[in-house]
Amino acid sequence: MSSKKQEKGAITRIAGPVVGATGLKGVKMNEVVRVGKERLIGEVVELNEDNVSIQVYEETAGIKPGEPVEALGEPLSVSLGPGVIGSIYDGIQRPLDLVKEETGDFISRGVDIPALDVDKKWEFSSEIKKGDKVSTGTIVGAVPETVIIKHKVMVPPGISGRVEKISSGKYTVEDEIAVIKDDSGKKHSIKMAQRWPVRKKRPYGKKSPPEEPLISGQRVIDTFFPIAKGGTASIPGPFGSGKTVVQQQLAKWADADIIIYIGCGERGNEMTDVLTEFPELEDPHTGEPLMKRTVLIANTSNMPVAAREASIYTGTTIAEYFRDMGYKVALMADSTSRWAEALREMSGRLEEMPGEEGYPAYLASRVAEFYERGGRVKCLGGNREGSLSIIGAVSPPGGDLSDPMVKNTLRVVKVFWALDDDLASQRHFPAIHWLRSYSLYKDNIKDYMEKEIADNFMEIRDAAVSLLQKEESLEEIVRLVGVESLSSADRQVLDSAKMIREDFFQQHAFDPAETFTPIKQQYRMLNSIMLFYDKMIKEIEKGTDFEDVSVEGVREKIAKMKYIEAENLKEFDKLDEEIKKEITKSAGENTQKSGKDKEVKEETTKKSGKKSKPKEETKKIEDLEKEKRQKKVTDKIKKKKKNVDKVKEAEENSDSKTGNKKS
Amino acid sequence: MRQEYLTVKSISGPLFYVQKTKDISYGEIAQIKLPSEELRLGQVLEVNKDVVLLQLFAGTSGANLNNSRVKFLGEGLKLPVSEDIQGRIFDGMGNPIDDAGQVIADKKLDIDGRPINPYSRSYPEEFIQTGISAIDAMNTLVRGQKLPIFSGSGLPHNRIAAQIARQAKVKGGKDDFCVIFAAMGITFEEAQYFISDFRKTGAIERAVLYLNLADDPAIERLATPKIALTAAEYLAFEKDYHVVVIMTNMTNYAEALREVSAARKEIPGRRGYPGYMYTDLATIYERAGKIKGKKGSITQIPILTMPNDDKTHPIPDLTGYITEGQIIVSRELEHNGIYPPVDVLPSLSRLKQKGIGEGKTREDHSAVTSQLFAAYAKGKQAKELAVILGEAALSDVDKKFSAFADKYEKEYVSQEEYEGRSIEESLDLAWELLKMLPKEELKRVKEEQIKKYMK
Repeated sequence: MSSKKQEKGAITRIAGPVVGATGLKGVKMNEVVRVGKERLIGEVVELNEDNVSIQVYEETAGIKPGEPVEALGEPLSVSLGPGVIGSIYDGIQRPLDLVKEETGDFISRGVDIPALDVDKKWEFSSEIKKGDKVSTGTIVGAVPETVIIKHKVMVPPGISGRVEKISSGKYTVEDEIAVIKDDSGKKHSIKMAQRWPVRKKRPYGKKSPPEEPLISGQRVIDTFFPIAKGGTASIPGPFGSGKTVVQQQLAKWADADIIIYIGCGERGNEMTDVLTEFPELEDPHTGEPLMKRTVLIANTSNMPVAAREASIYTGTTIAEYFRDMGYKVALMADSTSRWAEALREMSGRLEEMPGEEGYPAYLASRVAEFYERGGRVKCLGGNREGSLSIIGAVSPPGGDLSDPMVKNTLRVVKVFWALDDDLASQRHFPAIHWLRSYSLYKDNIKDYMEKEIADNFMEIRDAAVSLLQKEESLEEIVRLVGVESLSSADRQVLDSAKMIREDFFQQHAFDPAETFTPIKQQYRMLNSIMLFYDKMIKEIEKGTDFEDVSVEGVREKIAKMKYIEAENLKEFDKLDEEIKKEITKSAGENTQKSGKDKEVKEETTKKSGKKSKPKEETKKIEDLEKEKRQKKVTDKIKKKKKNVDKVKEAEENSDSKTGNKKS
Repeated sequence: MRQEYLTVKSISGPLFYVQKTKDISYGEIAQIKLPSEELRLGQVLEVNKDVVLLQLFAGTSGANLNNSRVKFLGEGLKLPVSEDIQGRIFDGMGNPIDDAGQVIADKKLDIDGRPINPYSRSYPEEFIQTGISAIDAMNTLVRGQKLPIFSGSGLPHNRIAAQIARQAKVKGGKDDFCVIFAAMGITFEEAQYFISDFRKTGAIERAVLYLNLADDPAIERLATPKIALTAAEYLAFEKDYHVVVIMTNMTNYAEALREVSAARKEIPGRRGYPGYMYTDLATIYERAGKIKGKKGSITQIPILTMPNDDKTHPIPDLTGYITEGQIIVSRELEHNGIYPPVDVLPSLSRLKQKGIGEGKTREDHSAVTSQLFAAYAKGKQAKELAVILGEAALSDVDKKFSAFADKYEKEYVSQEEYEGRSIEESLDLAWELLKMLPKEELKRVKEEQIKKYMK
């Protein structure tokens, strides 16, 4: 930064956000430049002899060839220091609230506002003393940035030595708070703010695999497809399937210390929603407003496209900075597809050879690089651990999962939440499909879950998954022949799977009573559903018919268990007792009075007859019945096929008729 | 006097390459005088040191290399605006075509506008009553929202849009909407339908029409929505009007975009549409909204016809990713004689949650419509099952749901073209219909609500 010699050149070509220039000798790749008389911000993206291509982060209309270009000698960087939390920035870290004060309700060009408030004084208290040996990342002191976040001031990367001078007190981010003398005797002035180039990952000690889950209070996510702290996840889905709601739910309720939310090429009103809602919502873990742990990066879809490309990096770098302090950071990027499209647009304007679907050939490596910046790490300069979890939304065209961006993302992320259009149109939210989603952190966090929550946590979860899997195959048969032809056990599978879907998976994001379910409660809920299933199956094995057990009261209570308050988990003990008792009772009653309702179907009568018979005989009858049922099923399928054939035939006939007419 | 260039190097499609230029800025407007003395407008798409690429709005036919004269005007396309534009009819480039003379401009505004700072936006949450149950109750429109109608060719989207324009009002308020109508490549008859409908109801007094018809130059269509929205921004944010902008047909706009992109030999994205179509559409749709501290608002109702009724086609697909929901018009319902044939299940209003409820509509709104959605979805499933297995195979409950679905379509979705239902009427009717179902199946409404509203 000290070698800030400013090269000047002139514009030769303008094509949308890409500007060509000459005369910038010695300019480096990714260096920041100021373009034209209005001093628009741009970045060097291509060097070719004397010709430089610049991607400009602002609208270029009105710029002429011949206008000056000035290189600033520094790559695109962000300012890191107290004051970042609670801000809303654009894609290149300009604070949008101050931009508004300067230029009004509509965004103007060439605005130059520092990212951090340079006048504000912060209360700095040192944590080391003169003579201490320090190196990259050593915490020299802290600033209470918000009620919940203690901003730790670290030695910037690349500096080490002994502390010459340090003092607590009230300082601005630009004031010197300490001096470090390195081994060669050179003195380094330490300020609270430091700068870091966005495209370069910040250094850390050692990476290790994630072990703890990132709890978000979303039942289908936490229990079934969890993401770990330091993990990566992706949510692809067509429009209207609820990507943004899921992202926002995670931003609201995840048990991370810091949330970075990047609105990348999305709707302006969504950012407004976050901005108006977060200061009012309470973090369930600390009781403080959510905004006090959140940083927003907003590049809405009508803001300049080049800044969209940068916004992802700006957000990630800020996230890494907090990770280096030892915090657990979660980053949401909504949506990474817009970022990929920005890459495509810039690539096209640079006339690069395109890869798949016009995306640049380096898309895959850029995506991998981005997600790889997540992880659980040992921080430099002390014994602390930080993590960065990355959750990216993907908006594939037409919901098509063979889209290059989806494919490239799925190659690197470990969690896949598949949003389903059909579920969304049935208003099943969150519309995460239980059979197509997966999480590879299941095993990483198994120990944690079994230790902290319950030792059969994974067992129950896996049992529920296989139940749902079974439901899927049974549904096929039901669609063909109706539910009556299934065995009692199979009907119970359908019944319990439905319970999981409706009473566990569906979660109303806008209902304050259930927008967040603590993980312990999630476990109890699923446990009760599975208990209900096991109990029923036991009775059915004993010979009770599925339809004969009527426990509406218990069912209703299961449907309402999501409203049980987190403090009253004991109520689940009562519920479980009731499930056991009621089912046994109802099954018992019905076995006795069986045979009463005769006018029902022939089949039922037969079944109820068998109940009083000894076990072996029952078994024989059961086998017989099974055979009969199977025959019925095949018959029905045959019949149905016939019907279909008939329809087809009719269609063909009419086709040929109309064909005849035409001819 | 500005310099005239006679240095046209090449012409291809709607594009002009002019060489030996000096001091031309990106995005500038140029006036081209053809050999026949006819004047046309063009816009700078790319500038190099001494070569400029121009896009002609009215096409290049009749132009030649030797004596087409190009004069650059030194600024982007600007639209003269004043409050008096209400009641006027303009062409797609903003020139009056109603014999009432030029607009005496209060201001001239750049048609590209500037993005609203997300920090300045105020969240849209005031309910607009359109009088259509399928929209008001099920997929609620709010002031400042962009809610497109996804339709197919031959479906009555225009009638629905006209009905919304005619009936839209804020609850309890008077008619305080100003309608801006932007037509892109629609036929004379379609345009005439809107004009005569606006005339009939007197809405024309507070309407502004920008018409680019099917026989007008296709490239001009690229400017029409921008012009309409510039007028809308002026009326909404400087003159405190609540503006509803109807834009039809966005499909034609996207086709024009593709045409220019192909002429520039750009690398095409999906189905030949340019890779930047998302950004381009966003610069149009994102101009809806409300601003903190300003009284006015811009509500957008873009209309598009889905090619081949395919929701995944790039035009509806990219639109759906930008807009705040969509109203889907269904061919099947239309065939069953239902007007408006709105398929409520795939339709969506993202801003519904915050625009309804006590103080805005009625406290039971969310619950009762959620129940309608669930019951209708279940009824439709039952009907599908009946097609396969026969009516007899349905359980009694399923039969009730199936009957409910039919009645819901015929009595709830369906209504008269000139019938405006108040939101209370829509909700009461919902409760009336739900009586058909067994009480224990009504899981999404609360017991107290059933007691209070199901009379």
